[in-house]
Amino acid sequence: MIAEAGLAALWLAASLAFLQLALAALGLAGDKAELLGAVRPVAVAQGLLTAIAFILLVMLFLRSDMSVALVASNSHSMKPWLYKFAGTWGNHEGSMLLWVTVMGVAGAAVALFERALRRHTHMATLGGQAAISLGFYAFLLFASNPFARVQPAPADGQGLNPLLQDPGLAFHPPTLYLGYVGLSVAFSFAIGALLTRQVDAAFARAMRPWVLGAWILLTLGITAGSYWAYYELGWGGWWFWDPVENASLMPWLAATALLHSVTVLATRDALRAWTVMLAVVAFSMSMVGTFLVRSGILTSVHAFAVDPERGTFILALLGLYIGGALALFGWRVGAVREGAPFELVSRETMLVVNNLLLSVILGLVLIGTLYPLLTEAFGHKVSVGAPYFDRIAGPIALMLMLVMVIGPLTRWRRDQAAAITRRALVPTLVALLVIAILAFKAWGRIGILPFLGIVIALAVAVGSVAPLWKRNLRRTPLFTWGMVIAHLGCAVSLGGMASDSAFTVEKLVAARPGETVDTAGWTLRFLKIMPVAGDNWTALQADMEVSRGGGTPVLIHPQSRFFASPPTTTTEAALLTRWNGQLYVVLGQEAEGGRWQLRIWWKPFVTLIWLGGFLIALGGAMALVGRERRGWLLKWRSRKAQEALA
Amino acid sequence: MKAKHQRLILALAALAALIGAGLLATSALRDEAAYFYAPADVKTKGVEPGKAIRLGGMVVKGSLKHAPDGVTIRFDVTDGKATVPATFKGIAPDLFREGSGVVGEGAFDRSGTFIATNLLAKHDERYMPRELEGMRYDEQSHKMKVDR
Repeated sequence: MIAEAGLAALWLAASLAFLQLALAALGLAGDKAELLGAVRPVAVAQGLLTAIAFILLVMLFLRSDMSVALVASNSHSMKPWLYKFAGTWGNHEGSMLLWVTVMGVAGAAVALFERALRRHTHMATLGGQAAISLGFYAFLLFASNPFARVQPAPADGQGLNPLLQDPGLAFHPPTLYLGYVGLSVAFSFAIGALLTRQVDAAFARAMRPWVLGAWILLTLGITAGSYWAYYELGWGGWWFWDPVENASLMPWLAATALLHSVTVLATRDALRAWTVMLAVVAFSMSMVGTFLVRSGILTSVHAFAVDPERGTFILALLGLYIGGALALFGWRVGAVREGAPFELVSRETMLVVNNLLLSVILGLVLIGTLYPLLTEAFGHKVSVGAPYFDRIAGPIALMLMLVMVIGPLTRWRRDQAAAITRRALVPTLVALLVIAILAFKAWGRIGILPFLGIVIALAVAVGSVAPLWKRNLRRTPLFTWGMVIAHLGCAVSLGGMASDSAFTVEKLVAARPGETVDTAGWTLRFLKIMPVAGDNWTALQADMEVSRGGGTPVLIHPQSRFFASPPTTTTEAALLTRWNGQLYVVLGQEAEGGRWQLRIWWKPFVTLIWLGGFLIALGGAMALVGRERRGWLLKWRSRKAQEALA
Repeated sequence: MKAKHQRLILALAALAALIGAGLLATSALRDEAAYFYAPADVKTKGVEPGKAIRLGGMVVKGSLKHAPDGVTIRFDVTDGKATVPATFKGIAPDLFREGSGVVGEGAFDRSGTFIATNLLAKHDERYMPRELEGMRYDEQSHKMKVDR
């Protein structure tokens, strides 16, 4: 019954999306207030129905209802409940339902909470959101029905890919999807504003919180995903430049550019057409990413269940929506009036440079990700991996970070180069000092990129707090604090990346129980190896006692886990976190003579990478709350003033 | 400065950035894109030593040897038409075994041995490196079969 109810809810939601689109289109075309008045309630109902369908699928997974094909092929009755729950989206159909749900709920939120947008643009936006949703409903209902039954129902189910059996699965995909799909709101805003020809500062102020919200979640999702891959895959790396990772990075790059350009539009009423374009590009990148991940046309370390036929469907949707949005842009961009002018030396220019560099990185990542597809069409099988991406993204990202030092110190509209130099003096001096120290200490021992990375990270760290210089800290608005914290987060993250690639010590040995291994100041005493068992796995576990510099020994337990359904082995690395880095130990296979392979890394300050990501998201949250609170305060004050007059 | 001039300067900067990025991408792709080779391609086309490639095929049964250090392995990779020797230092993937598919990332040394810096084996029962689609090892004849 639950599965049928879920399918019915989904069909009903799809019909409501169609109704929502029709009401908005007819209402706007004929300027009929009674039709437009119904758009918002319909959007809310649609959002509710998608949420119900999703909750019903979660219930099916929790109950291990094996008569549902999706549950049978992706879950197992013996699995711990957390993974039954999270397993809902650990597969193609479930994740697409999550996609549609986020889209529906985001549309409902726009219907309920958006107050700043002009009425007609608001309705056009909701119509746009319904139009995008419709395509994905069709995909779900015709090509990936999550509620399909299977006859006869198997007893146990095939189980979830064990790499996914990790608490990370409960947090990472939903957060990522909220951000990823949340960008659809910015896309719909752009469509709405183009249709009603109302691209201006007020529009940007209305769009900004939605962009910011999606961007915060996307940042958190990427950060969490990076840490998850780092400890789960057991390779000691935190970013693999894998197509699936690029699929989440590209929308983030576009959204980051959008976040900055929308601020220019909101504050200075400049960059109108460009901001609308970026809003279209950001969600287009989300869709391209979904296509890459879901069609399985690229080899990926994270490739789970893939199906090339579905790729065609998503490709068609991609063409329809991206093509349609770009056509609308081309048609209406002439109607977007020129924005306010600005001098060459100004905050606006700095933000244009920021956008330019982010777009260049985005373009290069996109080229690198799609290049294997292009060459395969000509009969060459090619893979583009970390060497390409490191070489192109590294230097440009460092340039971007340099702009980040100067940008916030530059004034809006017009500024003097000499004045900026004076304000940037302290960060510059710090950078020079670090160069001197590093050159003296580590010249020739670390690569040029990590070297520059550390220098620039420290310069940005100082530069990011420089806007607070000589300001009354208690009267500094919360959104300024948000910018400072987010930029500081970039510095912290960059510092972690540079430190990891410059100072990581790796050791690969085969050792017998009872032996001792020394590396990077750590002493590892290999005590014993023994079998252990969990809920649905068995493992070989090494017990080790590690200590540093004669300190108190700590026990760690790297494992090699075996899962029966589906039959898979995973490595569970042992991580020991210290304030100044992480010890990362992987247990390999048995070697001759009763020895075991061990791979040991000491990674100084590697945790800063994710701490930085968290700070970036926190900064975004502070900016969001700061802006919204200011809006409420202004409204409250004007109401008070009106009451006083009356 | 007139607004028009500024727009021109910004547009030129954007154009320069675009061209620069394009050039950067082409040169980086020429150097860093790793082409996929099957052992037969290696024999017929030849690969210069040190060039980053991906080598894919099946691990020949009986060819897997463990070095005394316990962390280096040597094995032969075949596609049924040609066979090349390979070595790998590190922890091999759990599903790496004789008679099973493997894709190695790395380069050939001067002696013609493939030095893999990374091995990709079948991830789970459902995942197969895409490059190896259609290849399988025939248990009876101990030969590679290619269904294409």
